[in-house]
Amino acid sequence: MDANTAIRLKDITKTFGPVVANDKISLEVDRGEILALLGENGSGKTTLMNMLSGIYFPDAGQIWVDGREVTIRSPRDAFELGIGMIHQHFKLVDVLTAAENIVLGLDQKGRLDRKKVAREVRAISEKYGFDIDPDQKIYNMSVSQKQTVEIVKVLYRGANILILDEPTAVLTPQETEKLFAVLRNMKADGKSIIIITHKLNEVMAISDKVAVLRKGKYIGTVNTAETNPQALTDMMVGHAVTLDIDRPMAKYHDLRLEVKGLNCRGSDGVKALTDVSFTAMGGEILGIAGVAGSGQKELLEAIAGLQKVESGHIFYYPPHPKSDIAGNHVPVDKAGEELVGKNPTQIQKIGVSLAFVPEDRLGMGLVASMDMVDNMMLKTYKESKGPLVDRKTPRALAEKLIEELEIVTPGVSTPVRKLSGGNVQKVLVGREIASSPTVLMTAYPVRGLDINSSYTIYRLLNEQKMKGVAVLLVGEDLDVLLELCDRIVVLCGGRVTGVVDARTATKDQVGLLMTQSAGKEAEA
Amino acid sequence: MDKVLSFVVAAVLAGTPLLFGTLGEILTEKSGNLNLGVEGMMFMGGVAGLAGSYYYEQAVSNPNPVVSVLIAMVCAILCAAFGALIYSVLTITLRANQNVTGLALTIFGTGFANFLGEAIGNTAPSRYMAVGNVTKDAFNSGIPVLQDLPVVGKLLFSYNFMVYLGILLAIVLAWFLGRSRAGLNLRSVGESPATADAAGINVTLYKYLATCVGGGICGLGGLYIVMNSANGVGGVWVHNCVNGKGWIAVALVIFATWSPARALLGSLVFGALSVMRLYVALGIPAQIYDIFPYIATVIVLVAVSMRRKRENQPPQSLGLAYFREER
Ligand SMILES: Nc1ncnc2c1ncn2[C@@H]1O[C@H](COP(=O)(O)OP(=O)(O)O)[C@@H](O)[C@H]1O
Ligand SMILES: [Mg+2]
Repeated sequence: MDANTAIRLKDITKTFGPVVANDKISLEVDRGEILALLGENGSGKTTLMNMLSGIYFPDAGQIWVDGREVTIRSPRDAFELGIGMIHQHFKLVDVLTAAENIVLGLDQKGRLDRKKVAREVRAISEKYGFDIDPDQKIYNMSVSQKQTVEIVKVLYRGANILILDEPTAVLTPQETEKLFAVLRNMKADGKSIIIITHKLNEVMAISDKVAVLRKGKYIGTVNTAETNPQALTDMMVGHAVTLDIDRPMAKYHDLRLEVKGLNCRGSDGVKALTDVSFTAMGGEILGIAGVAGSGQKELLEAIAGLQKVESGHIFYYPPHPKSDIAGNHVPVDKAGEELVGKNPTQIQKIGVSLAFVPEDRLGMGLVASMDMVDNMMLKTYKESKGPLVDRKTPRALAEKLIEELEIVTPGVSTPVRKLSGGNVQKVLVGREIASSPTVLMTAYPVRGLDINSSYTIYRLLNEQKMKGVAVLLVGEDLDVLLELCDRIVVLCGGRVTGVVDARTATKDQVGLLMTQSAGKEAEA
Repeated sequence: MDKVLSFVVAAVLAGTPLLFGTLGEILTEKSGNLNLGVEGMMFMGGVAGLAGSYYYEQAVSNPNPVVSVLIAMVCAILCAAFGALIYSVLTITLRANQNVTGLALTIFGTGFANFLGEAIGNTAPSRYMAVGNVTKDAFNSGIPVLQDLPVVGKLLFSYNFMVYLGILLAIVLAWFLGRSRAGLNLRSVGESPATADAAGINVTLYKYLATCVGGGICGLGGLYIVMNSANGVGGVWVHNCVNGKGWIAVALVIFATWSPARALLGSLVFGALSVMRLYVALGIPAQIYDIFPYIATVIVLVAVSMRRKRENQPPQSLGLAYFREER
């Protein structure tokens, strides 16, 4: 350890009941250095960082900050040592303003001088190139604005060591670029930064060193300049994995959904979809690309019957009689059955299934405080006959999912809230797939997932496609959409601005379509 | 005209105990603790305050009204705060269910106060725990001189000191929650304890303090009920005297959407409804008048849940226990 070391961890261990989240982890970060912390979901990254920021207390091990051994008992201890963490799930009070959140808990007594705080916040923003309005309420903010508030909050407290837990998982590529520019400014300012991200290209772009964890154990640290994504992946997973995504051709390729002139309003009464038309084929993965909030959510919900349709049609065609999934579901009266006007249960019975992973992951589809069995049952309880619920089938299903999808959990009766983010998503997507749908709609299924889990999900989607399912995939990562999908529908401001063949389209082409009608509006 | 004036005065007098209960509960709920023990704490405050004055009067030959009032208030606050402390230990430290604990506190407080009130009464020659006129008058007289002014005197200056104390408390609480740093910290504890904790706020301390001080304020409401003679009897222990006012205060917190300023208005409205029978003849049975406050509560509950303004929502983590390492 030399004089330039900002943080040193030695043999840090932390257990949660039977789970050993961190097993004798040692780590060092220098001043003016960006360290990327890499590891699969559930490998203990968040836990380790939470011990630096005072949320958890280590069972064993030592911590040095600026060469001095310290004990961090609470978040207050941490920020007095100049450590600030931007948590994966933001820690902000929704009903307060940005400025109020920023000064929260600071020692000054008496009246709150809003003007002075606003001035100081603006000064920090200018120094590092942020853009925030100190008087805006948090609940009116976008995810990236909230993140900015979190970062300013940490800087306002004079942090010299910044920890960012998956900061880019919810950002658009442009927002990520902005964030990285800020991080580089901070690094130039002599601050130490630890960043957790699953996106290897980001690791390569921003970090100086990479530390890898696997299943709670420390694997090693490498200099970014001397490594590459493939090597990092191998280190993280423990065995060689291939980073190419398959795109097989399905046996049956038949029309499944036909959306015609669909118009919807969002929950705030603003037009969310305007005259949307496209088709989805069985045996195909149809990507839906667009800047966040372009109507993706409303579109999927309209198809699932959860969103009121103002006008337009959604026609459903049953699968090819010889395909694997034929006959699994309630037959429709005719080919081209209208789904608009049916209720969600009816639509689900026909075989249309929706797995939506919201920004906070737990917001939709799973009940956080219930265990896996109960969450499986939410979907299946109607099928059991008689007055009592059947717990055996969902339990078997839960156990099967744990095994097949390598879900890390102490057992089927642990509340899903306690699972790490990626594992929660596997539960959600796995459950939808288990209902053997004919149309599988999923939004952001790999949001925040590590490479290995992401590939598990891609494999699952491909399997469904090969069975003849029409897969609709709303995604954020254009590279992945272009590699995985057969066709891509591009949404912009609630309109379809193009349908491209993913085998031939380029990223630029899709990117342009994604921003097209926004341009038009600006002209008008 | 005179009748309207009397109605307003009676409404203010009837609304004041509700105001104390509401303010105490607002403070408590702002810390994320839903304490349904308001009724119980009012009982505890009422009986302890009365007992304090009662014993003081017994002990000295020439009781001083100011001392008697102070003793009553201190006893009321301490006893009710003690109830809140029990609640705090159970819900904050031991993380027991808040609803169950609050209900238990109400049951406990009611039984404790009725028992104590009657037990002490049994030792008195009159068979009642009653304070003398010195204390009673101190709790029931308006502002000298000013109250004799025509109209405004009665309208503004004829109330006992606790009415003004309640109004002052509402203003102070509004300032505290809206403008002070400690108030900001407290609100964040109620909204998101994890956030507050990560920001370095002592969540446990804030919860304890807000709940106990809030309980103490509720206790003053109970004291007011016991001491006020507007309804004919004052300064004497009456079996079951709080009689549901604590529950109305809990509803008023929602009516006021957690705002002390609106609590003033709400208490006045509910106070008016509860005395309406005596001033507005509608030719309907008395029992129907008695249910007006409850009907109003129901209507308000419905209206508030339909009006969905973000600032008017309950503190987000209301009713939930917090443990740092839990997720
Ligand atoms: N508060 C907690 N209670 C119980 N188990 C936890 C808690 N926090 C983390 N874990 C467990 O510890 C392991 C590591 O989790 P985490 O640090 O969140 O992983 P990562 O951030 O690398 O995805 C997981 O198995 C998770 O379920
Ligand atoms: Mg994590």
